[in-house]
Amino acid sequence: MNSVAILTQALEVVAAIALAPMLTGWVNQCRAWLSNRRAPPLLQPYRALRKLLHKDVVLAENASPLFRAVPYILFGAMATAAAIIPSLSTDLPFGTAADAIALVGLFATARVFIALAAMDVGTAFGSLGARREMMIGFLAEPALLMVVFTASLICGSTALPTIAETLVGRSLAIYPSLAFAAVAFVMVALAENARIPIDNPTTHLELTMIHEAMVLEYSGRHLALIEWASALKLFNYACIGIALFGPWGLSGSTAEATSPMLALGLALPVLGLKLMLLGAGLALMETLSAKLRLFRAPEYLAMAFLLGVLGLLVHLLLWGGAQ
Amino acid sequence: MPEPLTAAGLQGVVGIALAWIGVGILGLLRPNHVGIVARLLFPAGALLGLAMAVVAFTALPLPAQQMVLPIGLPDLPLHLRLDALSAFFLVLLGSASAAISIFAAGYFREGEGTAPGLLCLQYHVFLASMSLVLVADDAYAFMVAWETMALSSYFLVTTQHRIPEIRRAGFVYLLIAHAGALGILLSFGVLQGGSWQFTFDAMRGAALSPGWASTAFLLSLFGFGAKAGLVPLHVWLPDAHPAAPSPVSAMMSGVMLKTALYGVLRVSFDLLDQPLWWWGAIALVLGLFSALYGVAFAAVQTDMKRLLAYSSIENIGIAFTAFGLALLFHCFDMPALAALALAAMLYHALNHAFFKSLLFLATGSVLHATHERSLGKLGGLIGRMPWVAWLALIGTLAIAGLPPLNGFVSEWMLLQSFLFTPQIPQPFVNMLIPLGAAALALVAALAAYVMVKFYGVIFLGQMREPQLAEARDCGRLERLGLGVLALGCVLLGLAPGWVLGQIDPISQLLLGNGLSPAGHGIWQLTPLSAERASYGPIVFLLGAVLVVALTYFVVRRLYHGRIRRAPAWDCGFPAQNARMQDSAEGFGHPIRHIFAPLFSMRRQLPSPFDRNPRYRVDVEDRFWTALYLPLARGVERAAEWVGRLQQGRIAAYLLYSFLTLTALLVIVL
Repeated sequence: MNSVAILTQALEVVAAIALAPMLTGWVNQCRAWLSNRRAPPLLQPYRALRKLLHKDVVLAENASPLFRAVPYILFGAMATAAAIIPSLSTDLPFGTAADAIALVGLFATARVFIALAAMDVGTAFGSLGARREMMIGFLAEPALLMVVFTASLICGSTALPTIAETLVGRSLAIYPSLAFAAVAFVMVALAENARIPIDNPTTHLELTMIHEAMVLEYSGRHLALIEWASALKLFNYACIGIALFGPWGLSGSTAEATSPMLALGLALPVLGLKLMLLGAGLALMETLSAKLRLFRAPEYLAMAFLLGVLGLLVHLLLWGGAQ
Repeated sequence: MPEPLTAAGLQGVVGIALAWIGVGILGLLRPNHVGIVARLLFPAGALLGLAMAVVAFTALPLPAQQMVLPIGLPDLPLHLRLDALSAFFLVLLGSASAAISIFAAGYFREGEGTAPGLLCLQYHVFLASMSLVLVADDAYAFMVAWETMALSSYFLVTTQHRIPEIRRAGFVYLLIAHAGALGILLSFGVLQGGSWQFTFDAMRGAALSPGWASTAFLLSLFGFGAKAGLVPLHVWLPDAHPAAPSPVSAMMSGVMLKTALYGVLRVSFDLLDQPLWWWGAIALVLGLFSALYGVAFAAVQTDMKRLLAYSSIENIGIAFTAFGLALLFHCFDMPALAALALAAMLYHALNHAFFKSLLFLATGSVLHATHERSLGKLGGLIGRMPWVAWLALIGTLAIAGLPPLNGFVSEWMLLQSFLFTPQIPQPFVNMLIPLGAAALALVAALAAYVMVKFYGVIFLGQMREPQLAEARDCGRLERLGLGVLALGCVLLGLAPGWVLGQIDPISQLLLGNGLSPAGHGIWQLTPLSAERASYGPIVFLLGAVLVVALTYFVVRRLYHGRIRRAPAWDCGFPAQNARMQDSAEGFGHPIRHIFAPLFSMRRQLPSPFDRNPRYRVDVEDRFWTALYLPLARGVERAAEWVGRLQQGRIAAYLLYSFLTLTALLVIVL
């Protein structure tokens, strides 16, 4: 651990926080183009955040302190998650404090808090959203864990930076188990980020919404933080996907010998390019598919979970647990 | 006979156990005087608990201490032994019971069934018997302590014995406890291996054939599984925990279930010298099934204490999973992984003692403040009972397995030991392990679902009944008890490296090897090696707190802190009321839907024209109808059949004696 590593770490978190709304804006733009609408500007999410931050908070009369603390906790959890995920560099000092399992735990913490906050005011929609979110979560979380496990078994480590580094090192090897894991991961990522086919980020139709139902009672800066945290979550998932299934171009400890700053400067545009591709892909998927009925969601997620488990089993069958 | 100096710790343990009994007897002097019993005797019991924890903690790294008391059967005096394993569970017993006793000092009031003095006696005898179970070193002492534990807890469960359901719950508990005790007794009978020596030392030396060893293991698994609540022997648990007063539920769930874990560890790793791998597979499968079964049932409960009871089944299942895994790795000669799985089991036992006691005590405070156990009639208590609510929040997050609290640590270690399994020579086991990891991940995620339901329905939202507005927060002693347990959850979550260092002697004792020394760092938990996995809860927490605090200050500095209070928006729906919130049934609905084959449900749906519609759904355990009721009917039928022998005429009985004697003579000759 040295000062460069700490600087990289800080830079990564700041970059994630700063760029996350742009990714959301990009996805929205692509969606608009694909459905033949005029797209909002790329920076529209920043304007929305600024507007929300300036507004007063209107708080329900019976809201408890927990309700007011949750937006900060949520945002903090997502920013901490960004510190664990190797998005720019694999030389992350914070990565030794928390591995992939802790990352899944961190997402679970955020979910539990937002669900509790949704139940706090005690409206019909809030608790409905909390219940649905937890239903999605209890299947999506183990599925994500299975995906991570498959990658961990291949690399012999649960630390995300190490996984990314190992995979970069074996750039030409193709793992069938990772293919299963990748499909499962895409399914989980869609469900966890409240995208079609599980939830619709643009809906305000009460009976089908999940994420929106939970944050109905939030306003002002609280809502801004929650929206920002959602954008960060999408950004984080995209970066996890990149780290597990396409980590090439990251700056790592191997690059340290030459010039870490140069490597970082190269990693940033590479990340931007990957995120652009992923965002466009996400928009395409959302445009092509329809939202599932809520009762079908468990089947969809169970499939993701089973695919994850299959990936694990395929790995053990082919490699026999050798690490 | 060891020299007295080395047995100081053991003497301390025995002394404290006797002192507990003494405190209990003092309660009988003024049985109806709540003031003396609650304000004096229970705090004294708590201090003794603290002393127990300290004494046992100092004995953890020491070699085993032995003692023989000149009481007991004529040729079998009471053998006692304090080794690292006993000491660990004594620390658990002492620390958890200290907090629970302090809480109990503020909890017990007048007019609740059994007189407080008598309750005090039962409670402290219960504590003393548990500590004797943990230090017993011969089968006789063990069984006496075990039965005393079962009986005293039976009386505690039936504190409110005027209520028929509680008497029934107590009966089922007693029945299964005794069936289990029978299993343990038979297991000891097998373990002595023909030497007819019932000390544990003799059993360690007995050479058993694999068949007999397996018999002994299975009998003990049955016996201890009945006490621990392993499915399908769990049916007493969801009835007995809600029936008992909350401190007793906390004690039974938090501490007593752990004596079963102690027993199963003692028998399979210590008394049986050569475990077989399929024992581990059985324990693993049973544990995972119990965990999944328990958590699915917890999700559909509508009584807060029943919900926690099912969650105990889940947690015991997780502990048994870790136990099975440790046994498997031990048999396949993978010492580092076996030590990790064993550490995960012990850690989970310790964690469960803290967070489950905390939650049971919190339900006790809620019960006292509202006189309501049904989740359908609670809600919104965070405003009325902030102390209980915020402390219970810590327990809720811990039991949901969220970082950086303690529940996450044991789950992390268990997942790690699942994950890095090298090739096991049994292909069947090789496939079992990833499936086990998947099931464990599912259980952990479901536990979060259950705990959101538990906390959200009780403490958050609007009050579902108007009288909840009069609920008052708990008193000082109760806060202290809850606070100590919550602090335990936080500290166990933050210092896993230190705790692992302390419990290393146990794996040295049972497995002959410890964890890798790298795993004991204070900042970092690295169970196998640093490249594979590491977890540093303190750094993690500091990082997260830093980010949250920074966010808070930036947002509040750069913008403003204006807040307006207004009625809840709820999509502009004006006529909302408390009954429109999700009920406990509603929250459990997705689980009922997804895991439908597990439950036997009886629905009562109102007709659409009903003016006064009532919707009712009962979720029942399938094991009742599929296993226990046929068993009970079979026993009744057998009793009826045997009853025919009873003629009531002296001539018939003389005939029976004559026939028996003749038969015996035929056999002998």
